[in-house]
Amino acid sequence: MAASTELTAAGIPVPGRLWDRAFGYWLASYRRVWRGSVFEGFVQPLFFLAALGFGLGALVDARQGGVDGVSYVQFIAPGILAAQAMQTAFGEATYPVLGSIKWQRQYHAMLAAPLQISDIVLGHLVFVLLRVTITTVAFLAVSWLLGTIPSPWAVLALPVAVLCGMAYATPIFAFAARQDDANGFALLFRFGFMPMFLFSGTFFPVDQLPGWLQPLTWLTPLWHGVELCRALSMGTPTLGATTLHVGYLLAWMVGGYFLAVRSLRRRLVV
Amino acid sequence: MGPQKPDEPPGEQRLPSIAVTSDPALIYARGLTKRFGELTAVDGIDFTVERGEAFGFLGPNGAGKTSAMRMIGCVSPPTAGELRVLGMDPTTHGPAIRARLGVVPQRDTLDEELTVRENLIVYGRYFGLPRAIVRERAAELLGFAQLADRADSKVEPLSGGMKRRLTIARGLINEPEILLLDEPTTGLDPQARHLLWDRLFRLKQSGVTLVLTTHYMDEAEQLCDRLVVMDKGQIVAHGSPRELIEQYSTREVLELRFPPEEHARYAEKLADLAAQIEVLQDRLLLYTNDGDDGAATVHARGLAPLSVLVRRSTLEDVFLHLTGRSLVD
Repeated sequence: MAASTELTAAGIPVPGRLWDRAFGYWLASYRRVWRGSVFEGFVQPLFFLAALGFGLGALVDARQGGVDGVSYVQFIAPGILAAQAMQTAFGEATYPVLGSIKWQRQYHAMLAAPLQISDIVLGHLVFVLLRVTITTVAFLAVSWLLGTIPSPWAVLALPVAVLCGMAYATPIFAFAARQDDANGFALLFRFGFMPMFLFSGTFFPVDQLPGWLQPLTWLTPLWHGVELCRALSMGTPTLGATTLHVGYLLAWMVGGYFLAVRSLRRRLVV
Repeated sequence: MGPQKPDEPPGEQRLPSIAVTSDPALIYARGLTKRFGELTAVDGIDFTVERGEAFGFLGPNGAGKTSAMRMIGCVSPPTAGELRVLGMDPTTHGPAIRARLGVVPQRDTLDEELTVRENLIVYGRYFGLPRAIVRERAAELLGFAQLADRADSKVEPLSGGMKRRLTIARGLINEPEILLLDEPTTGLDPQARHLLWDRLFRLKQSGVTLVLTTHYMDEAEQLCDRLVVMDKGQIVAHGSPRELIEQYSTREVLELRFPPEEHARYAEKLADLAAQIEVLQDRLLLYTNDGDDGAATVHARGLAPLSVLVRRSTLEDVFLHLTGRSLVD
């Protein structure tokens, strides 16, 4: 907020500096629903860990003696952590973005004020960041209480999972800003979200996949998020792998942001 | 209009105060053009809006009114021509201009899940106004928009007229020097329109410059000091409502209804009675300075129209004269 007064040579605010004003709208609108949303944040990991981790996991552990040297629930907990961050990003960067363009039209209201496109995009994305952080914190808390995330390194899984979510949020924002209706989202969930959720190492090691499929999973940001969260959860992160994963996720997030600004400008400033 | 509550004084004393400075024109456009691919929405128009006046763009749907408004509102870069708003160039100084504009878009951009008051406060914060100031102004504007008793209701169940008044109140939260209204009363019932006109008139009295688009002649006559008539992206006439009627129409209009398929035939027979005759789908319009005299002559010639109406000329007649088409299609 302190930076709000910074001006360019032309005497207008630096693009992006007024993001907090757009963020204020999202906070005001979240205030109505935050209780339910935070509650859901705690319940969903509980369901996943109970059904897959302890239910299915009992069978896996009995037959295989766990996965990669840990119990099945400890194997999937960090995977679902990253996947849930991705899921939150999908939810927050699809319908609310198109709605602000077409239905509630709140971006148009912001653009009638002194806000610029970068302020609008950044303000909304900071709110998505807050939402991803809330669900990630909730998941970590539940996992820790259930003993499914053993290493103290797992604290660092918080920023990593949030980064994984944001690596999806920014390009999806760009995609949403180009949609005419919600049909594209159904396709995105079916052919983007679901395969990544199931096949990016969340529920089983990707070396179980046919050899030709494995390089494909390396391209998904989720695989990088899952791998790094898992390494942190086990307490086995290495500098080289961590740098690679973080760098790849950052590249998606930053590239997606510029694409989002461009897409929204093309959509609204015509 | 709903019953006035005795404890709710009319809003004039609560209107935003306007700083008056002496710059030449608030809005200045020369050769202003907007193209969308092949389509030329605004085709090289010239106009000037002075401080304190109510200026209108009158024209049918698709005439280019909204495109012109969006360029003035700095959310649509002009394709060609010169545009200055508050002395600045919208292409380079959009945010600085928008900080001093109020915008009432054609389609409401309210958040229907938030309350009436929250909508005002959220919007005020877009302008960087301190929370205390926004709260104070929101309370004043709720009175002005006659929404004080709905302040903490969600927007969704409000009537169309109430939502429109809220959008106008919201557009005033930054105490703008110019209020842009794109079809402020389209889709409202007559009572809601009259209430809205009353509020806009008060704003004008308090010194706010109004720029509005409309396809209603009565709205233009009620609200506009000066207006331009637009058709197919161009300005086809400009002046005050009275000047336009005097220049492009006669004092009175004699409307005659015959069986529809015979209108053209009757028009020939009556050609000498009027300065001009327009043949519409459902009636003949005879432009004359004395409608009663014309009606008497029609009857004296033994013609028996199904109905006869003598009325004063309106802006619709001006539009018909300029374009040969009825305004509301």
